[in-house]
Amino acid sequence: MPRRRPGTRSRQPFRRGDAGRLRLGRVSGPNTNYDPVEVSALDPAVIEENVTDALAAITAAASLEELKAARIAHAGEKSPLALANREIGALPPSAKAEAGKRVGQARGQVNQALATRQTELEAERDERILVEEAMDLTVRPDRRPFGHRHPLTLTAERMADVMVGMGWEIAEGPGVEAEWFNFDALNFDKDHPARQMQDTFFVDPADAGIVLRTHTSPGQARSLLERGAPLYVAVPGKTFRTDELDATHTPVFHQMEGLAVDEGLTMAHLRGTLDRLASELFGEGLKTRLRPAYFPFTEPSAEMDFQCFVCRGLPTAAPCRTCGGTGWIEWGGCGMVNHNVLRACGVDPERYQGFAFGMGVERSLMFRNHLADMREIIEGDVRFNAQFGMEI
Amino acid sequence: MRVPLDWLREYAEVPDGTTGTQVAADLVRVGLEEEGLHGGDVQGPLVVGRVLEMTPEEQKNGKTINWCQVDVGAANGTGEPQGIVCGAHNFAAGDLVVVILPGGVLPGNFQISARKTYGHVSAGMICSSLELGLGSDHDGIIVLTDWLGARAEGLQPGQDAIPLLGLDRETVEVNVTPDRGYCFSLRGIAREYSHSTGAAYRDPALVRVVDGQERELTAPAATPDGFPVELQDEAPLDGAVGCDRFVTRIVRGLDPQAQTPAWMATRLTEAGMRPISLAVDVSNYVMLAVGQPTHAYDLAKVTGPIVVRRARPGEKLTTLDDVERTLDPEDLLITDGGETVLGLAGVMGGASSEVSESTTDVLIEAAHFDPRTVARTSRRHRLSSEASKRFERGVDPELAPQAAQLMVELMVELGGGAADPAVTDAGQVSQPEPITFDPSMPTRYVGVDYTVDRVRELLETIGCTVTAGADGILTVTPPTWRPDLLTGPDLVEEVARIDGYDKIPSVLPTAPGGRGLTHAQRVRRTVAAALAGQGLDEVLTYPFVGDSRFDDLGLAADDQRRHAVRLANPLSDEAPLMRTELLQTLPDALRRNLGRGAKDVALFEIDTVTHPDLARKAPVPGVGVKPDDAVLEEIRAAVPHQPLHVALVAAGHSERAGWWGPGRTTDVTDMVGWAHAICDAVGVVVERLQTEREPFHPGRCVELALADGTTVGWAGELHPKVVKALGVPERTVAAELDLDVLIAASDRRAQGAPLSNHPPAGSDIALTVPRSVSFGDVQESVRAGAGDLLESVQLFDVYRGDQIGEDQQSLAFHLLFRAPDRTLTTEEVNTARDAAVARAATDHGAVQR
Ligand SMILES: [Zn+2]
Repeated sequence: MPRRRPGTRSRQPFRRGDAGRLRLGRVSGPNTNYDPVEVSALDPAVIEENVTDALAAITAAASLEELKAARIAHAGEKSPLALANREIGALPPSAKAEAGKRVGQARGQVNQALATRQTELEAERDERILVEEAMDLTVRPDRRPFGHRHPLTLTAERMADVMVGMGWEIAEGPGVEAEWFNFDALNFDKDHPARQMQDTFFVDPADAGIVLRTHTSPGQARSLLERGAPLYVAVPGKTFRTDELDATHTPVFHQMEGLAVDEGLTMAHLRGTLDRLASELFGEGLKTRLRPAYFPFTEPSAEMDFQCFVCRGLPTAAPCRTCGGTGWIEWGGCGMVNHNVLRACGVDPERYQGFAFGMGVERSLMFRNHLADMREIIEGDVRFNAQFGMEI
Repeated sequence: MRVPLDWLREYAEVPDGTTGTQVAADLVRVGLEEEGLHGGDVQGPLVVGRVLEMTPEEQKNGKTINWCQVDVGAANGTGEPQGIVCGAHNFAAGDLVVVILPGGVLPGNFQISARKTYGHVSAGMICSSLELGLGSDHDGIIVLTDWLGARAEGLQPGQDAIPLLGLDRETVEVNVTPDRGYCFSLRGIAREYSHSTGAAYRDPALVRVVDGQERELTAPAATPDGFPVELQDEAPLDGAVGCDRFVTRIVRGLDPQAQTPAWMATRLTEAGMRPISLAVDVSNYVMLAVGQPTHAYDLAKVTGPIVVRRARPGEKLTTLDDVERTLDPEDLLITDGGETVLGLAGVMGGASSEVSESTTDVLIEAAHFDPRTVARTSRRHRLSSEASKRFERGVDPELAPQAAQLMVELMVELGGGAADPAVTDAGQVSQPEPITFDPSMPTRYVGVDYTVDRVRELLETIGCTVTAGADGILTVTPPTWRPDLLTGPDLVEEVARIDGYDKIPSVLPTAPGGRGLTHAQRVRRTVAAALAGQGLDEVLTYPFVGDSRFDDLGLAADDQRRHAVRLANPLSDEAPLMRTELLQTLPDALRRNLGRGAKDVALFEIDTVTHPDLARKAPVPGVGVKPDDAVLEEIRAAVPHQPLHVALVAAGHSERAGWWGPGRTTDVTDMVGWAHAICDAVGVVVERLQTEREPFHPGRCVELALADGTTVGWAGELHPKVVKALGVPERTVAAELDLDVLIAASDRRAQGAPLSNHPPAGSDIALTVPRSVSFGDVQESVRAGAGDLLESVQLFDVYRGDQIGEDQQSLAFHLLFRAPDRTLTTEEVNTARDAAVARAATDHGAVQR
């Protein structure tokens, strides 16, 4: 018996008890006149010899089969010790006890040896089987291919999760969108050059008032109209511009829009939110930079850059290839929500003020995960996905 | 906008030694984003060289190169001729060329070193205009006698070529946002540079520097004998008249042969404009300098009076680009006498009154047009010009007389004419509206503590007039060049911008705490993760399709899925429609992967599809006002329904063969299984209905439906014709489900029940039924007949063959029974099993084998 480890249940892999059990044959009837000294089988010297023979045979058994033969020969029904045992019954009562003890001890000794050897041989066999069953697993058995999520949707989810972690909620809006939501609600006047600069896909007929949304910003207006202020909502989604596909442009791309409308929100809060998002996505402690800009739906407006996570703006031997040596990476646009946007959505600009921001998901992915070519993101090549796993 | 540094220095005190990079950084800080730097990126030694010998050598690749010996004087340190390999042929021995020597750097950070090529050590390069960033076309090697003309006389080999070619001159290109039209001029850029750096500023609309001396630019007042101008507008747009100022000046006696001086031509070129003729060049120069577009007419070709009016319906005009355009009554025209159209106001002139090579007297126009009118005309006729770009963003209405004066002075100085004393200044411009401004607003919006004094100072810096009322509220009148400043937040931006955005602190706001992801958002992630776990790869395909794809998919002519939203301006006429199912585009990704050598490909895509509704139009009410509820509802209702779908497509093996053993080809059971995995992932039970639907194999397609019959989607094998049309492998399988249906069906709190601790009891049955009976129907009967004790039923074998009738099939089911409260007896199990068999017999004539 192997020693039990404390606290473990006994789950003995091999049964060992049977090996030591004696098979008893028929026994002679009692004979009160029998003299043990005169029965040669019960002669102590003979028994001693039987034991010696048995132990030698057991020790010599090199396999379970040989041990089995030794058991039959030395502990089986017809073995000398079994015969001796059978003779005990024929002894007079006065002699039975001593002869019984002697034979019993002898058989015990033999059985003990059998059991020990049995255990040893079984252990050897078990070990041999494990060796024989060994498989070479050094070449990957890719029997069932494993799939992958797309890095872009994973990036969008990661960005959304950061916002959720800050207590924001995630909203969606339609890709085929009303022109009013895409432009007018966001203070893009029909005649303003900014509206012309959006390279918009129009749904036929062109005066249908329906476009493919050029940014996720209509999600701002939809959320505000549906839910009112205060509101902290991020809108990731697919957007469209009439750009031909190349290494840095795609007509179909993704953005994440953020909108917070509450009492007392300032550009400092905007910056704090962006700093957190940049840190979570690109590296702890990274800061963002705001540069004056113009967007119809924000005033004041800013372009935002995040600190280059490679050089962090510190001098390098060769110009930093990630940021081109400027120390900053362009990320998107942002600003304080224009009063006209709040009014169009039924929010009182005298009471509430808010900030909004938007950035490209592709761009975030490309910088975060070191991609040079936009086309790889949209081609759907499974080798592209496979580089990233299910969590990027 | 391209800003030549040398020009900028004329209007702002740019410190000596300031680089283009530094100027760009200074401009970025106030919101003028760098678009590029030009010039200043060539590092010497770049010297004049004389080609001494030139030996053509034909190469194995068929190309002929020239092995040249070039005299570069002492520039190479030895005075010996420099050996250089050159691939171009447009020069000859004896020519003066430009040579960059090892150690030099060409634009694009192209470092030059001696290198072995074509069997020689080429110690430098003979430069082309393209390589030096001086030309956009590769017209070959610069031969200095051609390039410099007379200025090439007396050049010596070894002389520094950088100043010779103007390569030390830098131009910064910045992006001007649509709100700041005034930055489409050196006047505006220099002002912003001054705001950013504090450098002294000299307004070129007020002061000229001539021969190093400052001189006020003084426009004369209008005279009664000025060229007659009539401003008419019977239909102002939104109350704004089309033209509210029209200044004319006349210069007579110009020398038609007068040339544009080199300094002006250089500035124009650096600013991105092509020198054309003196009159045109001066007009462009004035526009770039101060931001006022002007026009020069040949006085001899204009009778007068100039009448500015809206176009008549059907009126036509041939513009300078030789296109005849039919005009719109909103278009504003400049006419001669009301009839002859001279041009589209603020957009483009006509051909009839152009200044020509024989013009001696010119009529100069400097006007102010309504931005909206110009924007609409420009958009309507797809005609964008340097003038329209400025007018639609707003030009300083006080600029016209000053710009005209500058133009007159330059014409007189350069063209030799004389200014006519007659001056016209028609119209009445409106003055900027004062803004009532609470000086605490910048602090409340930006989060930086600005004192009232600081706010006033910053606003005055940008040219505002500021007065304070008794209550501390400010009255701020913006300068005439800032028509974009209309509201408090506009002024807040100016305060924050000039004070510096970098001073804004970082404060994380405390959101009230949200609900986390919505059920729909969670389902989308769960389904995507489940499919990836099943071995499928997520891809994103473009949503654009064409009718031919519907044909490929075998959709009938009246199939609802052909009815798709059409784009008015698609990228490709082949794909003008928005997909109505993901399977219309997903096979493209399969094909691409197979084309790139992949063998076993299983893909999925999750995205919305677009179902066009009735041909409704969405109203487009304007900005700044909340539409009433009925209009909002109309807008929302016109947006097409866009349900979220998931589609799958697979070909190859779902289990690969390898050293571990044989593999298995992906078949339709994998696909139906994956479709179920989607439903299982969100805990929705679906039923299967054998069905026929394009693009699937008519005998290998199943519809998945909720218990109430709502369709979830379809899974199956693609029709062999579809396989062929799409060019995908035979037996490609696919599925498409409506995730919105699954999201709705799973949006409930699932209820748990205690698990039975009693042992299950199994029983197998084999039922012979006609082949016309579907497996699913038999299984349903078995399930119904077996009763509540049945835990599960599994069809584990199907037999069709000799041992039963030809039209029969034998279905073997494994039934597993379990009771919640007891161990079942053999009798109970047998009774339930017999009931199952009996039900199948009743429903389908099943016979137990
Ligand atoms: Zn860097």
